[in-house]
Amino acid sequence: MAVKTFTIDGQQFSAQEGETILQVAREHNIPIPTLCFLEGLSEVGACRLCLIQVEGNNKLLPACTTKVEEGMVVHTNTEKLKKYRRMTIALLASEGNHVCAVCVVNNHCELQNLAYEVGLVRVRYPYLFPKKELDATHKRFVIDHNRCVLCTRCVRVCDEVEGAHVWDVAGRGIDCKIVTGLDEPWGDAETCTSCGKCVLVCPTGTLFEKGVTVAEMEKQQDFLKFLVNARKKREWVYEE
Amino acid sequence: MSEKIQKPRVATAWLGGCSGCHMSFLDLDERLIELHDKIELVYSPIADIKEFPRNVDVTLVEGAVSNDENEEMAHLVRKNSRFVIAFGDCATTGNVTAMRNRFTPEELMRRTYTELAEEKFAIPSDSIIAKMLPKAIALHHLIRVDAFLHGCPPTPDEIWFAISELLEGRIPKLATAYLRYG
Ligand code: SF4
Ligand code: SF4
Ligand code: SF4
Ligand code: FES
Repeated sequence: MAVKTFTIDGQQFSAQEGETILQVAREHNIPIPTLCFLEGLSEVGACRLCLIQVEGNNKLLPACTTKVEEGMVVHTNTEKLKKYRRMTIALLASEGNHVCAVCVVNNHCELQNLAYEVGLVRVRYPYLFPKKELDATHKRFVIDHNRCVLCTRCVRVCDEVEGAHVWDVAGRGIDCKIVTGLDEPWGDAETCTSCGKCVLVCPTGTLFEKGVTVAEMEKQQDFLKFLVNARKKREWVYEE
Repeated sequence: MSEKIQKPRVATAWLGGCSGCHMSFLDLDERLIELHDKIELVYSPIADIKEFPRNVDVTLVEGAVSNDENEEMAHLVRKNSRFVIAFGDCATTGNVTAMRNRFTPEELMRRTYTELAEEKFAIPSDSIIAKMLPKAIALHHLIRVDAFLHGCPPTPDEIWFAISELLEGRIPKLATAYLRYG
């Protein structure tokens, strides 16, 4: 496979054809915030948090789905990008009902950490306070739509790794939501194996285990790399 | 003689919050004595002063804007203060106070005073009772806010940092040092 040479933030890199900007950035500890991306799942480029600028291209591109190209000049941390990332997080905050003080993942939340990373001091947009539901019909897990950022990690892990495809996305705009089965209560979704993978990959307090209270839910996600490595490379090792 | 020197005039106000931010303020403990030497507390729920005064240097505002009294107070605070700090998560985001926003004020009153009450009370309707706004909102969605002190509640150390920086004549860099929600 061909090797491509390009620069990121003024530094020269080379990578195999087909690699993404995000992959290269991660390998070299160049921080690019991500939300919908999770190593081991397919990339959907949905959250637009990982946006980068490529010289000669007016559009901002998601680093998680943009492949390296010969001679590419990439910027990952311009003022414009910082502004857009802050806006993205602010919009996510205003479109849901986030009350960190009483949330199961308080202090262990990817959305919270992103808010700190992008320096979200306050949300300029009016909070929409949408009416969202909570479904506790599953015997072990709960989904609280108030916290959902529609990253679709749950949809992908259930389909791509567990092979059960319980989740889907339904509706549009502010009514867009993830649904179980044919938009039936989670407890009635017969395809669910209760494996808990969706709960663990969920970056927010949307999916959680019954019995946990404020700030008690911590998500361990290293199982995903382990499973994917085992399947693709036949390597049964737990990476640190 | 030192009494003659004009000390910074500081106020705190309590809108739609649980008073937890003020409790955290009281948890400054012995630092309150130091503070007393450095500032003049001109208005606060912990002091017996009836009217919000003019010419205040710094006001910390706890709580979301949840009823018509809060609204009036917020405007008065803004008008009479040089520097306004949103004090805690309810003031900053609406937080717990805004959890009622999925219901209408009428639904809330009915549920609280009749459906959930152990004794059945009449829904209070006296005109001296503050009227809930349709939605509880963050302070900066009503008035201009100069700084945000995050947390539910902010810790005494965070409060101390904010006040000490202002007393030193610096704008507290809360965004970098103490940005957190929850
Ligand atoms: S999901 Fe995260 S950001 Fe949302 S309320 Fe919970 S802790 Fe806060
Ligand atoms: S518990 Fe497992 S099978 Fe059930 S919805 Fe989640 S990922 Fe799918
Ligand atoms: S439930 Fe969690 S994992 Fe699924 S889309 Fe919402 S935030 Fe993402
Ligand atoms: S992480 Fe790239 S678009 Fe979400």
